[in-house]
Amino acid sequence: MTDIIQKVKNLSIGFRSKKGEEILILKNITTNIKKGETVGIVGESGSGKSTLALAMMGYVKHGLYTIGGECQFNSSNLLKMKSKDLEKIRGRKIAMIPQNAGQALTPNLKIGYQIDEALQLHSDLDEREREKKISELLNKVRLPSPETIALRYPHELSGGQQQRVAVAMALAGTPDLLLLDEPTTGLDVTTQAHVLELLNFIAKDTGTSMVYVSHDLGAIAQVSDRIIVMYSGEIVLEGPSRDILKKPIHPYTHGLLKSIPKLSLAGLPESMPGSQPQPGIIKGGCSFFDRCNFSDDNCKNNSPKLEFLKDLNTSVRCFNYEQLVNENEVSQTVNKIKNKSLDKEILNLSEVSISYAKQKLLDQIFNRISDENPTVKDINIDIKKGETIALVGESGSGKSTILKSIAGLLRTKDGLIKFDGSRNLSSDLKERDPNDLRIIQLIFQNPDESLNPNHTVEEIIAQPLKLYFGLKGEKLKKNIIDLLQKVRLGEFYMSRYPRQLSGGEKQRVAVARAFAAKPDIILCDEVTSALDVSVQAAVLNLLQQLKEDFGTTYIFVSHDLAVVRAISDRVAVLYQGRLCEVGPSNDVYKFPSHPYTEVLLGAVLEPDPDIKPKLVAEDIVEERPPEKGCSFQGRCSRIVGDICKKEIPPWQLTDSGNAIRCHIPIKELQKQQF
Amino acid sequence: MLFLIIKRILLGFITLFIVSIITFVGTEVLPGDACTTYLERQAFGEQLEACYRRLGLNVPAYERYVSWALNAIQGDFGYSLSGEMPIKDVLGPRIKNSLVLASAAIFIGIPIALILGIITALWRDKLPDVAISTVTIFAMTIPEFISATLLILIIAIWLEWLPGIVIVPTDVSFLELLPNIILPVVAIAMIMTAHMARMVRSSVIQVMASEYVQMAILKGVPYWKMVFKHVLPNALLPAINVVALTIAWLLGGVVVTEVVFNYPGLGRLVIESISNRDLPTVQALAIILASIYVSINLLADLLTLMLNPRLKTLQIRK
Amino acid sequence: MKVDNIYKEEKKSAFAKLSEIIITMASRPSGLIGLSILVFHIILAFTSPYIAPHDFKAIDPTLMLQAPSAEYWFGTDDLGRDVFTRTILGGRTALTITFFGSLIALLWGGLLGIFCGLVGGKIDDVVMRIVDAFLSIPWILAMLLIVSLLGTSTEVLIPALGFFYGKGIVRVARAATHDVIAKDFIVSARARGHSNFSIIWNEIIPNVRDAILVEGAMRWSWMLLGFSSLSFLGFGVSPPTPDWGLMISNARGLMSFAYWAVIAPIVGLSSLIIGINLTADAFAKALGIDRSTKAPV
Repeated sequence: MTDIIQKVKNLSIGFRSKKGEEILILKNITTNIKKGETVGIVGESGSGKSTLALAMMGYVKHGLYTIGGECQFNSSNLLKMKSKDLEKIRGRKIAMIPQNAGQALTPNLKIGYQIDEALQLHSDLDEREREKKISELLNKVRLPSPETIALRYPHELSGGQQQRVAVAMALAGTPDLLLLDEPTTGLDVTTQAHVLELLNFIAKDTGTSMVYVSHDLGAIAQVSDRIIVMYSGEIVLEGPSRDILKKPIHPYTHGLLKSIPKLSLAGLPESMPGSQPQPGIIKGGCSFFDRCNFSDDNCKNNSPKLEFLKDLNTSVRCFNYEQLVNENEVSQTVNKIKNKSLDKEILNLSEVSISYAKQKLLDQIFNRISDENPTVKDINIDIKKGETIALVGESGSGKSTILKSIAGLLRTKDGLIKFDGSRNLSSDLKERDPNDLRIIQLIFQNPDESLNPNHTVEEIIAQPLKLYFGLKGEKLKKNIIDLLQKVRLGEFYMSRYPRQLSGGEKQRVAVARAFAAKPDIILCDEVTSALDVSVQAAVLNLLQQLKEDFGTTYIFVSHDLAVVRAISDRVAVLYQGRLCEVGPSNDVYKFPSHPYTEVLLGAVLEPDPDIKPKLVAEDIVEERPPEKGCSFQGRCSRIVGDICKKEIPPWQLTDSGNAIRCHIPIKELQKQQF
Repeated sequence: MLFLIIKRILLGFITLFIVSIITFVGTEVLPGDACTTYLERQAFGEQLEACYRRLGLNVPAYERYVSWALNAIQGDFGYSLSGEMPIKDVLGPRIKNSLVLASAAIFIGIPIALILGIITALWRDKLPDVAISTVTIFAMTIPEFISATLLILIIAIWLEWLPGIVIVPTDVSFLELLPNIILPVVAIAMIMTAHMARMVRSSVIQVMASEYVQMAILKGVPYWKMVFKHVLPNALLPAINVVALTIAWLLGGVVVTEVVFNYPGLGRLVIESISNRDLPTVQALAIILASIYVSINLLADLLTLMLNPRLKTLQIRK
Repeated sequence: MKVDNIYKEEKKSAFAKLSEIIITMASRPSGLIGLSILVFHIILAFTSPYIAPHDFKAIDPTLMLQAPSAEYWFGTDDLGRDVFTRTILGGRTALTITFFGSLIALLWGGLLGIFCGLVGGKIDDVVMRIVDAFLSIPWILAMLLIVSLLGTSTEVLIPALGFFYGKGIVRVARAATHDVIAKDFIVSARARGHSNFSIIWNEIIPNVRDAILVEGAMRWSWMLLGFSSLSFLGFGVSPPTPDWGLMISNARGLMSFAYWAVIAPIVGLSSLIIGINLTADAFAKALGIDRSTKAPV
C-alpha cells in the first residue's frame, strides 16, 4: 500500500440550488493514484473532472462544499485539514498546473518573483541559490534566455511561454504529485505538442506522479499510463490507458472514441445522440441511459455500480459491458462525403490583402489603406459551387480575417471578391445590396455569443426570414418550424431562450438561422470548437446533411485539423496571412508537402497511444509576417538558402492538383516525406 | 508611455476649454446682463454705459471670451461685480480654506474606506461585512446637509463637545481652525468614505474570485501574504479612477457643508455670488472647480498608468 | 455555477417578468425594507393632502415652537405651523420632480449613450468630450447656475435635473453598448444587413436595458439628494410650499430649543432616499448587476 500517493474515498461534492436541493457535482468517487504513474482523467465540460482535481489538493471552490468522503494524502484527509497545514502541502507535495496560465499568473508580479515565491515557501535555499534555481527551472521548461524572462510580466509572454512558466512554478517545490488541469487547452497545435512533450520528459526525469485532466483524448493518450473516464460526476470507466483507448468497455467511451474525427480517416465519424445532462437532473438510473445504444429497462431504473474486473484490470460502471468486452478494437465507421461539387465557380478571391494597421490621417482622408506589410496578402482562391473548402492555420494565420472580409465585415486593402464569376462583392457591408448580403451567411464559433440572449429561438430564426423575405404571421411560423425540423429540433423549442439550451442545441439554432436566408455560401468560423467532443460529430453530420440537401458551399475555418479532414473537400493552409498550400484534402493530408503543413499535421494529437506527434519545427510565436521572402522562413527547418529570405516562393503544382508555395522543387518535397 | 501621458494632459485641457465655453455661454444667455442686473432700476443711460465699459461688455461676445480666457490662464479673473476687489484676491484665502477641509476629508476618508472595503470583502457575507455594509448604505445615502445638521444637533448642541458653527475670520491660521473643522470634515467624509468602501469591496471580491488568486492558494501562499501580494495591488488599481470620481463629487458636498457650518470657503462664495448674480465670480469659480476635478482625474489616470504593468510595458512591446 | 433545471422555463409576459423581479427583490430583507419604505412614501404622496390634520400654511404666532403634543404630533415650527402636516406633505414636490426628472435622464442619457456606443469613431469622441466637460462642473454649481438663470418652477426643474443627471447615464449606456456590440450576435445582424435602427431596437436595447434601468433608479436617489440640497440652500421649492430640504434649513437655526422641527423632515427625507437606494440595490441584484462599482457622477 505504500506506493499509493493519493487516495480518494467515496468523495461527493455538490452545491445547494436556489430551491434548497443538494445537487451533486461529484458522486461517490473512489480511486487511487500510485507513485510515479500518470493518470489521465477525461470527461466533457461539467463532468466534474476539474472539481476532482482541485479536491485532490484539498481545495473546494466557493459555492461548493464537501458532502462526504475524503482525499487522503500521506494518510491525512486534505479536505478536513487546517489551512496552515494545507499551505505546507500545496506547492510542496502537491502542485497544480492550471488550464489557462495567462489567467493564473498574477498580472502585477514579475515571472521571476512568482517562481521565487514558491521557492521561498517550499525550500531552504538562500537568495543567491534561489536566483540560480529560477534560471535552472526556466531552462528546464525550455524557455529562451531565462534571465530576461524572469524580469518580464506575465502579459509580455506568449500563451505557450506562460504555460511553461506555470510548469516551472509547479516544479519549484519539487512536488510528489502534479495535478494538470487542461494544461494545453487553448494553445496552438504545435505549441500543445511541445508542451506535452515537455511534460512527458518531466514525468520521466523527476519521477513525480501526475494527474492529467483533459477533455481531449488525444492529449490524454500521449501522457497517461492509466485513464479515468468521467461522466456526469461519476467514474464510468477506469483502466490501463491502452485498453481504454483501444477496447473501451463502457458504452460512453466507446461512442466517444467513435465520434472523434481522425487524421487517417476522411469522412464524418458516427455521432452520439443528445448531450451530457446538467447536474441534478438525473434522479435515478444510469446517467448515460438516454444516449446509450446498449441500454435497457434495468438501466433506466437502477444505477449501475462501479465494478472491478480483475482479469482486465479495469473498473466499469455499466450493466451491459459484456456486450463490449468481446468486441474488437474500436472500428470507426465514417460517412464518406459524396463529392457533388460542380465545376462552376461561385466565389473567386483574387489578390486579396487585408491590413489591421492603424491608418495615417492622410490615408483616412483619402479613404485608402496603405500598409507595406499587410496582415493578409496575396490570397487567391477559387471556390467551386457546392464544395467545402477549409482554411486552416494556427492563431494569427489570418483565416478568420479572410472570412470577415468575405462577409463584408472588414475592408480589404486590395484585391477582388467575385461572386458567380461576374458580380463584384465589396468588402464593405454598406456597399452591398440586400441580395448580396443574403447569399453569404455566417455561423460563429460560440453560440453563447452569436445568439442574442434576450431573444427566443423563434425570434432568432425569424430575423432573416423577415429581413430577406418579408414573411409574417402563419407563413413565418411555418417556415421557422420547418427550419427547426431541418436541424433536428422540435417545435417546442420556439419559445425557449438560448440559456435554456445545451451547447449543441444552441449551435443548431445558429445553423437554422444561417439556412433561413437560403444562402449560397455559408462561412463557418470554428463552429465546433466550443462544443463537447460527443456533440461535435452530430453538428458536423448535420452540416453535411444540410449541404447535400441544399447544395450550399461552405467555407470552413478551423484550427482542428482532424475536423477539417472529416468535413472538407479542399484545404487551404495559411501561415501569417499568406497561403502555403491549397489542394484537395486527400492530397494535402496524405502527402503533406509544404514544410508548414508537415509541421501542422505532425503536431496533431490522436487518441491512440501508438501514434506519437512529430515535432518538426520550434514553436516560436511570430508577431508579424516577414517583410520579404517566404512567410514561413522564421520556423522552417528546410530552408534552402538566402532565396527563402529574399524571394516570395513560386506556386508549384502537383499532378493531383495540389498547389504548393515553396522554393524546394516539388519532387524533392514529396521525397522527403515521412 | 510618454505619448499616453501627453495625450491625457491634452484631453484634460480640451475638457477645461469646453467647460470655459459652457460657463461663458451659460452666463451669456442670462436674461439681461451683468450690468442690468447689478444696476437694477438705474440701468439706463450714462450709468449703464459706464458699467459696460468697466466690465468690457461693449465688445462682441467672442472677443470678450478670448480676452477673458487669456487673462484667466494667467490667474487673472477680472473684478467681481459688487466689490471693487480683484476676484483672485477674494478667491485666494477661500480656496485655501476649502482645500484644508477637502483634503482633511480625503486623508481621513481614503484609509478608512480602504480598511472597511477590504474587511467587508475578506469577511464577505459574514458578520463584519453585514454590519459594515449596512452602515455604509446609510452613510452613503444621507445628504451632507442632513448629516451635518444632525452632527451639530448631537455633538455641538446636546453634548457640547465641539463648536457647531465656524466663526473665524477668513485668514485664520491652521491650528486655530482645527477644532472648528472636525465636524464639517466628518460630514463631508462620510458619504465619500461609504462610497469608496463599497467600491473597494466589490473590486477585492472580484479579484478574490480570479484564477490567479486560486493559483496562489494552490501554490501554498499563506493567506495574508496572498492578500497583500496577489489581491490588493490588482484590486486597488482599477479602484483609483473611481475614487477620483468620488473625490470630485465631494466638491459639491463641500459647498453644502460649508453653508451649514458657516465656513469661510469656496462654498459660501458660490452661494453668495449666485444670489448676487456676480457672474464674473461664478465664471471663475466654475473654471477653478472644474480644474480641480480635471486635475484629480488626470492624477488618477497617471497613477494608474504608472502602476499598471500592462500599460507600463505597452511601448516596449510595440 | 450550474443552475438547476431551467429547461422547463418558457417565455414569459412582461408583467410576469416584472412580478418575478419584485418577488426576488422582496426576498432579501434589505430589498423588502426598501420596497416597503418606497411604497409607503408613494402612497403618502398621493393621500397626504386628504389626511393632513392641519392647514400647512396657517401661521399662528401664539403656537410658535410648541413641543410635540396630542394636537400637534410633531410640534410646531417658528411660525406656529403644524410640523406633522408639513412633514407628510413635504415629500410630494421632491418625489414628483425627481421621478419625472429621472425618466427624462433615463431617456436622453440612455439613447445618446447607445447611439455613441454603436457609431463610435469621431462622433463618439466629440460627444464624450462634451459629456466629460459637463461632468467636471460640480453638480451643485451647475444646478445653482441653472436655477438662478431659469428660475425654480417645476417646468424648469424637471428638464434641468433630467438633463444634468442624464449625462452620467450616457457613460453607463455607452459602456454597456460597447460590451454588447463586441458580441457575435451584433456582428451577425450587421452581416445580414439589418439597419442601425433595427440593431439598436432589437439587439442592443434588450441587452442594455437592465443596466440602464438600474442606473436610472440610482440616479433617482442622487437626484433627490441634489434636489433637496438645492431646496436647503434656498434654490428649490419656494415657500410656503412645504418641502423637507427647506424645512430643515428653516428650523436649523432654532434647533437648540426646537429639535423636533428639524428631526421630522430629516426622518422623512432620509427614509425616502434610503428606501429608493435599497430598492435600486435590490433591483440591481435581482437583475444580476453589481452596482457598487459605480461612482456617483
